Formats: sequence, structure tokens, C-alpha cells
Amino acid sequence: MRDVARLKPRAVRWVLACACALLGIAWATAADDRRALDEIQKYRDMLKDGNPADLMELKGESLWTTPRGPKQVTLEACDLGLGPGVLEGAYAQLPRWFDDAGRVLDTESRLIHCMTTLQGMTKEEAIQGWTRPGSDMEALVTFVATKSRGLPIRASQAHPREAEMTAIGETLFFRRAGPLDFSCATCHSQDARRIRLQELPNFLDPASARESMIQWPAYRVSQSAVWTLERRLIDCIRQMRAPDAEYGSDAIIALQVYLQHQANGGVLEAPGIKR
Amino acid sequence: MNLPGLLGGLALAALPALAADVDVLTRAEDTMRRSFPAATEEEWRTRLAQDEVQALCSAHHNTPPPDIAARIVAQSREGIRYPDDGKLLGNWKEGEKLASIGTGGHIGKIQPDRPGTRRGGNCYACHTMATKEVAAGNLGPSLTGYGKRLGNTPESARFVYDKIWNAQAFAPCSHMPRFGTNGWLTPEEIAHTVAFLLDPESPVNR
Repeated sequence: MRDVARLKPRAVRWVLACACALLGIAWATAADDRRALDEIQKYRDMLKDGNPADLMELKGESLWTTPRGPKQVTLEACDLGLGPGVLEGAYAQLPRWFDDAGRVLDTESRLIHCMTTLQGMTKEEAIQGWTRPGSDMEALVTFVATKSRGLPIRASQAHPREAEMTAIGETLFFRRAGPLDFSCATCHSQDARRIRLQELPNFLDPASARESMIQWPAYRVSQSAVWTLERRLIDCIRQMRAPDAEYGSDAIIALQVYLQHQANGGVLEAPGIKR
Repeated sequence: MNLPGLLGGLALAALPALAADVDVLTRAEDTMRRSFPAATEEEWRTRLAQDEVQALCSAHHNTPPPDIAARIVAQSREGIRYPDDGKLLGNWKEGEKLASIGTGGHIGKIQPDRPGTRRGGNCYACHTMATKEVAAGNLGPSLTGYGKRLGNTPESARFVYDKIWNAQAFAPCSHMPRFGTNGWLTPEEIAHTVAFLLDPESPVNR
């Protein structure tokens, strides 16, 4: 206060006027932001009455129970981590370690494992058309995920390789590379940030991580398609100007392990709706 | 960049401050190598391998200790180039276009850019600039009225140019891309962007 008292009255008035103007600008910007985000929320609410992802769930169920592949068997004996054919709660505990595969697998790569070992397909056949809307993989993952709706995410650290993949995933989350120096952390390590008008989850904050992770797989309005988290991550990496990441690769799985770990306890709403 | 080699070469005093341990960093690099089998060696080198600054910022989760921070700042000041005509204040209308262009540089088979797609600065993805553009992001600070705040002087033009060329010369491990150092924008394009920010006629300042 002593410093302020030393200022000439005119200077004080000027400083006060500036402060008021800046407050006004901040106020107006916040109001604009809220209006834009309110509109997006309204659209989401309208879609919730009939999420197009529900159709994918039905397609996935049909793919699960129909004899397919060279061996003409169904996927009903597929072990997603809780025993052969157990769907309830399986998605909530993936990715996880599998003894028979000798790897930590996410939902997609576990389905590929079942389709190759049980049904006799090649990996290429199993993931055929995965970049196109309505692909078999998106449908199967949606079907599996809906069987965990209402259950909390349980990222396992029990196996040493699961703990290691969490650490690797965290390292990759912060790993900057490429001509724009991007890492996941560039966009996803601060609160209440946006690219253009798109809100960004802050994966360092458990509450924000949960809010995002409970929605996958999600119907993406901008793509008119259901996307799984794996699909989303591969596209983030493409947008970072990197080459294509391999579907079901360890980098993508490690990132998912880390994100699930950050979102532990979040109650799944799958399938969700995103921009 | 050989990451374990790089980190092994760091002053030992810096190691305890690493956010990730060296063993995990090495395994993460191995994981990356396995996960992009379709990438050519050229793509690996230019798109996925880390240069020294990227590796340091990654390992320190973008909050480097003072000695590393000073090293990044010093290194980021090197190699700056200015337009051949020496003008750091280009055409603000060109700068305005660049601020909105978010395409260019996407590779791979999933959804690459068409050949010849123009690269831009995509400033609006992260910064509010002209108020008429409402769809502006907020990862970076608002730049509305930036020229009015900073003044349209040769010194401010030089500062803004240098900052766009390599923001890490001022803020080590800044999230902002190093547009000049990485060759993403040309010196002329950076000068246009400087004009968009500083020119009194630019909508950023009106």
C-alpha cells in the first residue's frame, strides 16, 4: 500500500482503469467460451437419446456369436482376462498381462489374439478395414465395452510387466518428437484447455482423466463413426505428424495402460459421445 | 539421437532431477522402435527420433532444472535466420492466412495430406488473436491487442520474430513448436506472422 500511496492520483486512476478493462475482457471471453461449450453439450444431450454407437454394439454382438474364420467357430470361448467367454467387467480391467500371449494386451489386441488362435484368421483379416467407419473391430470392442458399463476402471499393476508398461506409457506421454515438437503432454497436461473450441482432457488430473476415459469407445460426431481409444490414439499420433503407428503395437498399448492407470476408478459409460 | 548415450553424457548432478529413470527411457525407446514398423529410416529420423532439446524436455517432463534450462535457452538462440531482405515485419494479411492454416505435414497411409498442401502456423489452434475469430484455442496466452501492448517497434518485431522462430530461446521446454528451427515456417512466413501480431492495421490490434 505504501508504494501505491506514492503514485500520483492520475497514475492510480489509469492503473485502475486498465485493471477494470482487462477484467472486462476476461469476463467477455469466458462468457463466449461458455456459450460455445453449452451448445456442444446440448448437442450431446440430444444424441444421448439414441447414440448411433448402439448399432455398433448390436453388430459386435453378432460378430461375437457368429461362427467365422477358417475354423468357423464363434468368439464365445475368447478369454478377455476373466475366463473364457466372460464379458462382464472384462473391458474395465484391460489392458492387462496375458500368460498365453506373453504380452500386455489391450481389448483390440486381445480380440486379434482370439480371432487368430480360435478362428484361424490372420491379423490382417482380423483388423480388416479398421480405419473405416463401422469396421468389425470397432463393433466388437463396442460390444465388449458395453458389458462393463457401470463398472469402475481397474488398471492392474499386479504383473511386473503391467507396472513396466505403465512407466513406459508415462514416458511416451511426455515424449516430444517431430517437426512440431509435440507430445501427448503438449495438449493434455493443463486444466481447462482447448484446441480451437475442442475441450482437452488433462490426463495428469485423475478427475479429468476419468471423465474422458469412461467414454471410450465413443461415437465421434465429427467422424460420424464409433472410434475406440486405440483408433483415437493412432490418430493423435498422425496429427502430431508422425508416421502411422502399428495397430496393436506396444507403444499404443503402453499409452492406454498409463491412461487407464490415471483414470482408475472412473465408472464406465461406454459407449460415449465425443466431438 | 541416441537417447541413453545422450543422457549418459549429462552431468551426473542432473540425473536425480530426471522425471523418468534412464532404464525406463531406454525401454520406451525400444518400444517406439517396435511400434512403427512401416516408418522408413528417413521418417524415423525426421519424425520420431528426438533431437537433444526434445529428449531433455521429455525426460524432465517439460520442467528442466536450472542448468539444463540454461543449456536449452543457449542452444535455442543458435542458428536463427532472418528474411533475405532483412524485413521482420511482413504482410499482415499473409500472416492472418497462416494463423488459420492447420493442414500440411500429415504423412502415412491413414489420412495423409495431398501433395503440395500448404503448411501454416495454425496459431488460432492455441491463441486468441483477432476477436472476430471466435473459434480460438487457449493452450497459449491470448494475443489480442498484442501489437498495442508491445508497441510496433523494431525491437518488438525482433523479439516476436525470435520467439516464433524458437520459443525455447525464451521459455525452455515451452509447448510452442519451434517454427523456424524445425523448418516448419520460412523466414518470410514468420515475418508475415510478426506483422499479423504487430501491424496497427492488423485485426489483432483493431
